[in-house]
Amino acid sequence: MSVTVFVPRDSFAMALGADRVAQAIAVEAAARGLAVRVVRNGSRGMAWLEPFVEVQTPAGRTGYGPVSVRDVESLFAAGFLQGGAHPLAHGAVDAMPWLARQERLTYARVGVTDPLSLDDYLAHDGFRGLRRALGMAPGAVVEEVVASGLRGRGGAAFPTGIKWRTVAGAEAPRKYIACNADEGDSGTYSDRMIMEGDPYVLIEGMAIAGYAVGATYGYIYTRSEYPLAIATLEEAIRRARAAGWLGADIQGSGVSFDLEVRMGAGAYICGEETAMLESLEGKRGQIRPKPPLPALKGLFGMPTVVNNVISLATVPIILDRGGAFYAEFGMGRSRGTLPIQLAGNLRTPGLVEKAFGVTLRELVEDWGGGTASGRPVRAVQVGGPLGAYFDASLLDLPLDYEAFAKEQGIVGHGGIVVFDDTVDMAEQARYAMEFCAIESCGKCTPCRIGSTRGRELIERIIRGEDVAASHAQLLALCDVMEHASLCALGGMAPLPVLSALRFFPGDFGLAGDREVAHVG
Amino acid sequence: MWAEVRGLRDDVDFGTPPRSGAPVTLTIDGVEVTVPAGSSVMLAAAEARRAVPKLCATDMVEAFGSCRVCLVEIEGRRGFPASCTTLVEPGMVVRTESPRLQQLRSGVMELYLSDFPAGELPDGWSEFHETVRRIGVTTHGYGAGATHHDLPVDASNPYFLFDPAKCIVCSRCVRACEEVQGTFALTIDGRGFDSKVAASQDEPFFDSECVSCGACVQACPSHALVEKSLFDGGYVRAESPEA
Repeated sequence: MSVTVFVPRDSFAMALGADRVAQAIAVEAAARGLAVRVVRNGSRGMAWLEPFVEVQTPAGRTGYGPVSVRDVESLFAAGFLQGGAHPLAHGAVDAMPWLARQERLTYARVGVTDPLSLDDYLAHDGFRGLRRALGMAPGAVVEEVVASGLRGRGGAAFPTGIKWRTVAGAEAPRKYIACNADEGDSGTYSDRMIMEGDPYVLIEGMAIAGYAVGATYGYIYTRSEYPLAIATLEEAIRRARAAGWLGADIQGSGVSFDLEVRMGAGAYICGEETAMLESLEGKRGQIRPKPPLPALKGLFGMPTVVNNVISLATVPIILDRGGAFYAEFGMGRSRGTLPIQLAGNLRTPGLVEKAFGVTLRELVEDWGGGTASGRPVRAVQVGGPLGAYFDASLLDLPLDYEAFAKEQGIVGHGGIVVFDDTVDMAEQARYAMEFCAIESCGKCTPCRIGSTRGRELIERIIRGEDVAASHAQLLALCDVMEHASLCALGGMAPLPVLSALRFFPGDFGLAGDREVAHVG
Repeated sequence: MWAEVRGLRDDVDFGTPPRSGAPVTLTIDGVEVTVPAGSSVMLAAAEARRAVPKLCATDMVEAFGSCRVCLVEIEGRRGFPASCTTLVEPGMVVRTESPRLQQLRSGVMELYLSDFPAGELPDGWSEFHETVRRIGVTTHGYGAGATHHDLPVDASNPYFLFDPAKCIVCSRCVRACEEVQGTFALTIDGRGFDSKVAASQDEPFFDSECVSCGACVQACPSHALVEKSLFDGGYVRAESPEA
């Protein structure tokens, strides 16, 4: 009887040497004459424990990490195949508080299964959502998603079901499902981890979307920086097609849906839905004005569902368990769960899927373990490079689209980057404008010229030149960029700048440091 | 001579191409106007003699939405939609002038001026210059920063020249080449601040696929693309006052 050992095949784990660890385990087992089956699973999301090796024992899965090649011999010596004690041992994986306190719905299988094994997928509730959907009228599938309260996880938080309704109601010879997997926000990786760790759930979600709105073809638009995700998806699509889960007449239902992966060429702007559609059509990645909405006139001029990976990967569980089940999670108008990505200066960062309502403090302190440097948290940026910076006074803010909007912030795609008290927030503000300048498509003037002027003004403020005048001009520029830009890149680049000015004016050499004012 | 040439262009530019849908009636600055469905708010405003300032729009090419000076206010809609890319709807109530719109348009014009050679401003009579005058912005508060003023003039074509220093990257030339002439010789090269008009694979105009039809010159609102015959004794860039 061979023992099953799991070594993640995820970019986190691989960057930390998982391939070599997997190989070393196989070599050591052979040398010892032990029968070991190494399964390359997805990552559990505990980035600081990668490579996180798990052993299937009769009592359940036991974890060891972070494992390096030189630990392998001692793990065998300690009898890790039987769950033996070792300094790297973490005991039963399901009982680890970091995981046990999460609510994993979208991520239910990630790290648990072999990402490419269809048998594994089916054994862990895979394709139940699609099966149920195919037995329903397409309109009923749309309404199930509406009832779930699911909102676009790419960041815009538009109700997914309502978008589907628009596409379903559009008359057209062809319709498309375009999955936005161009995950470009700094500090985000939830799309990647799903694509690498549970590709079938995305395929299933897209097939359900296709059936619901009457689309027969889908595209997954992802980044060239995600080679493992691309390879995994392409293999998963091949296998799903061979097994009749994609293609003409899915599982004898008479329904057709197929899809392919398309790779971007390194432009952040192509994560904006209309620029992504342009790129998918083979054109320069540039913003299209809206209207027309992509839902009515999208890819190749046809009605198109444009949804983020996480939105689509959440659809199968909604169809499997029902919209009402999903809607039970969350708070206010933010229903369900969000795969939150913890990054930056944290001791124990990684992927936490939690119902909306969890506070920033819980995420930063309970899951993140506080700063890696041991110094106090000074700033938290939520929602990517265009998200607002909050100071520590807002740590009790619950993760909720409306609560964040009230504080001029965004939840975005759920990335959280933490900074300790050594951060220079003027430099961060400068970087926000520089990022916008580098990634601007160049179509509209506020973003094309404004981002460069914004960087110049902040540099002037940092150098102490004409601080008052530069500050006033910067505020006027932010107003123009926010209200006159063509898309959210130029429209939101002022957010990190204005929030840095609001919470950390002292870093800019401006009077009235809110740090002090806020405590009282 | 300028006035004579300018006189040739005094026909009305509706900003976006005409449409032929069923009549739609809307109100622009209190003026009721009826235009075919599918028309832009910009076209309706021109029809109502309430023409909105514009730079990237001209009725020989489709709406593009890049210059952001044609922003208007529409009752019941958030923000400031661009009138060129917003289509008319029955009963729509549009405002083309307000202190807030003036503020935003001025802010956008300031950004243009921060990358436009100051010496080319005083005597110019292009659409760009007219728009600068109409919005009433003459200077900008950005100080000395990065510009495109040092890019060389392309005088390779015998009939016209391209001065990138005066280019406002509105893509009207690119779109005219594509939509009017069907030649596809022009494109925008690079992105963000580095975006620039390029012929074929960033070649001199004369070496590119350009057929010298002149559609781009006609479309250019800032005289970055301009006929050589207008300049006796060769083209010289105007000296900037402060420089």
